[in-house]
Amino acid sequence: MNIIKGFATTFKHLREESITLQYPEQVRPFQERFKGRHHLRRYDNGLEKCIGCSLCSAACPADAIWVEAAENNDEQRFSPGERYAKTYEINMLRCIFCGYCEDACPTQAIELGHEHQMSFTDRRDSIFTKEMLIDAVPEGGQPTPQKVEAGAFDRAIPDMPDPK
Amino acid sequence: MGVTPKLGNMGVVTSTVEEAVNWARTGATWPLLFGLACCAIEYMSTQAGNYDLARFGMELNRASPRQADLMIVAGRVTRKMAPVVRQLYDQMADPKWVISMGDCASCGGVYNNYAIVQGVDEIIPVDVYVAGCPPRPEQLMHGILTLHEKIRGERISDWAS
Repeated sequence: MNIIKGFATTFKHLREESITLQYPEQVRPFQERFKGRHHLRRYDNGLEKCIGCSLCSAACPADAIWVEAAENNDEQRFSPGERYAKTYEINMLRCIFCGYCEDACPTQAIELGHEHQMSFTDRRDSIFTKEMLIDAVPEGGQPTPQKVEAGAFDRAIPDMPDPK
Repeated sequence: MGVTPKLGNMGVVTSTVEEAVNWARTGATWPLLFGLACCAIEYMSTQAGNYDLARFGMELNRASPRQADLMIVAGRVTRKMAPVVRQLYDQMADPKWVISMGDCASCGGVYNNYAIVQGVDEIIPVDVYVAGCPPRPEQLMHGILTLHEKIRGERISDWAS
């Protein structure tokens, strides 16, 4: 009798719907707090939020971030602060997606998004440069570097609309 | 090298053979059954019902390296484990591929110390690096699809060399 019981269980589960996700075509929605690839954000007028302070690279437990800062001037302004990130590189193979850079950032310039498809056939491809990380210029904004009137930006760290 | 000079003008034949063989190889890349650290947990869940690697013909984890085509290095490789990993790789029969899964296998990750091999490509050649700590099953499957693309691009002249 046990064999009938066993087959009954098998056939009961045969009728159930499959739980398998057809991955490349179908992607399971991520949690809001999921940490994927980084984004460098811009203000509404197109200026970059990153002021090149390297706090993210100091906070990074895996030493995955490399920031090289340069001075802004009113002829060529990238960010509202005193400096901007001339080079900003993240090694995605070193990054452990902990989000400490996000926490350390004083201007909320770096945020972890939901992109997760990162595999490389060459490890040199794993270094994401500033051009790959930065957002597109928003509607109504201008691309950087911008030419601004003198004295419009005089703070080392810009005013935050919503300070933490 | 090797084969192509002897084949002469047989371009149509070789390209068709190439396509057929590469198709067959992508259809059944059996992975080697081993895991080294926490990435192996994600690897196991990729094998399970929700993500189901059988869709890529990879449901069969061979415990013997002689029967495996693909080595997924899932986790950090310690200096003590490195000779073992190398031996497993040497025992695998050609053609063979290696996926370095996760940060630790790819470049040491957060373990920048004397005990961990700083990237498994110091000891074995790696085909695909998968980022993530640990990578989600989706990320591992993206790595597998990247490997499939690479396999499809292989040429008959590369097999012979």
